[in-house]
Amino acid sequence: MNQDLRVFFIGGYLSYKALFNWMHPSHYIPTMLGAPVFQVLFFVYVGRFAELQDDTFFVTGNAVQLTAMAGVYGMAMTIGGERWTQTLSPLMASPANRLPLFLGRSLPLIVNGIITSAFAFFVSWLLLDFELSRSQLPALAVVVAASAFACTSLGLVVGAIGLRGRDVFFIANLVVFSLLLFCGVNVPLDTLPNWMEAVGRALPLTHGIEAAREIAAGATLGDVSSLVWTELAIGVAYATVAYALFRFFEIEGRRRATLETI
Amino acid sequence: MNVPRLLWVGWRFYVKNLTLSSFYILTSVLQPIIFASVAYFMFEAGAREGTLLYVALGAGMMGIWSSTLFGSGGAIQWQRWQGVLEYSIAVPPPLLLVIVPLTIATASIGLYSLTATLFWGWLFFDVPLDVAHPIAFLVALPAAVLGLGLLGLVLASTFVLYRNANALSNLLEFPVWLVTGLLVSLSLLPGWVGPLSWVLAPTWGINALREAAIAGNPWPEIGMCLLLSAVYLVIGHFALRHFERLARERATLAIA
Repeated sequence: MNQDLRVFFIGGYLSYKALFNWMHPSHYIPTMLGAPVFQVLFFVYVGRFAELQDDTFFVTGNAVQLTAMAGVYGMAMTIGGERWTQTLSPLMASPANRLPLFLGRSLPLIVNGIITSAFAFFVSWLLLDFELSRSQLPALAVVVAASAFACTSLGLVVGAIGLRGRDVFFIANLVVFSLLLFCGVNVPLDTLPNWMEAVGRALPLTHGIEAAREIAAGATLGDVSSLVWTELAIGVAYATVAYALFRFFEIEGRRRATLETI
Repeated sequence: MNVPRLLWVGWRFYVKNLTLSSFYILTSVLQPIIFASVAYFMFEAGAREGTLLYVALGAGMMGIWSSTLFGSGGAIQWQRWQGVLEYSIAVPPPLLLVIVPLTIATASIGLYSLTATLFWGWLFFDVPLDVAHPIAFLVALPAAVLGLGLLGLVLASTFVLYRNANALSNLLEFPVWLVTGLLVSLSLLPGWVGPLSWVLAPTWGINALREAAIAGNPWPEIGMCLLLSAVYLVIGHFALRHFERLARERATLAIA
């Protein structure tokens, strides 16, 4: 058990330090703080121009969606990075329990997603027509944390595919952009075609964004608890799929000797 | 030295090279289609009246900017990683003539974006593809690509001085989409954004395309694209010379 905890915390921390390419401040600030703020500003202004919704709608949608950036790209980096640095094979040869090995890598990315989202909310509060009282902050923090967890679970699936597919960053990009389209980030979900709404309901973020918007409108955490639980359940489902894929692709990678192909 | 041949062969090579990259296909085809779809849904659901062709052209130009930004911003660094930068500098033609076809190729790849967003919009969102002034549109298109390509030269020759060029590229995608009015009227933005947008080729490129497509007079905007292209070329020339001198002095040409 101690060994598993060590793999989970220390392994996750070291992996984050070594493989999350955006960690240096000169990279972290423009990519994880600057670009996300501009994403929020961009969609707020497009929303104003299209006369679709108020600023709060776009701020909450995009600020919560930003948790996907750290979660999905981060997991792609950690697995793709292992392959790139040729450390994937030794890692797979180690006797470490695979569950804490890969889940541990997701913990720093969840924290990262929360920081990015919080910064976007803060700057939006400073610059845009977006109000949030102190009493709403704890509930919003819970929603953002749940969304960050669910997105990182989706990132785990992408990372698992990275054990097999060589261009994991292509998949990660596609997944993050698709979340913008399907999860009601900038368009009310009920205005999307039915099939897109159905896809969105099965993805992380959709319920988290809905909950965040309700909280911004004055609801309490209790009022949105079913949405938060659904978001968490979706996260658990993706994490389970990711774990199954990890094991499957690990066995396949050994059988086909493809773990080190770049 | 046959300059037109050098430019043509370089451009053709880089267009082929970039077309084979899954990253550029994502940036220039899939990403613009996704952003265009988001924009179509937003404008369909919103109260503003107007043609979706306005949105389709803007979304296409977003793709041209993205491919220019990511392609040109890291162009010299990429040559370094591939180990060909020393050769590019050592060959008889000036470095400018080696890099310009590359940066224009990155903007040209963006034409896939425009084609994709227009076709996607026509197929699924009933975007009308009637162009009011087809000849002016056909002139505006290469003028816009040239403007963005030479802006790419400025990016290529200045970003290389910054260690994390790709971080700068990540940072500059959304702000330029915003301040050049690709999906938002510039009148909605604060007044200080105006002068900033005037020195950026995408502003004039998208205005030229819209004027030509939706009725208007695109020629002043086309002229501004060409004028800015000349200014970018001069800036890029001096910035490249500065980089080349520094790299030779510090012996950093081959440092990846």
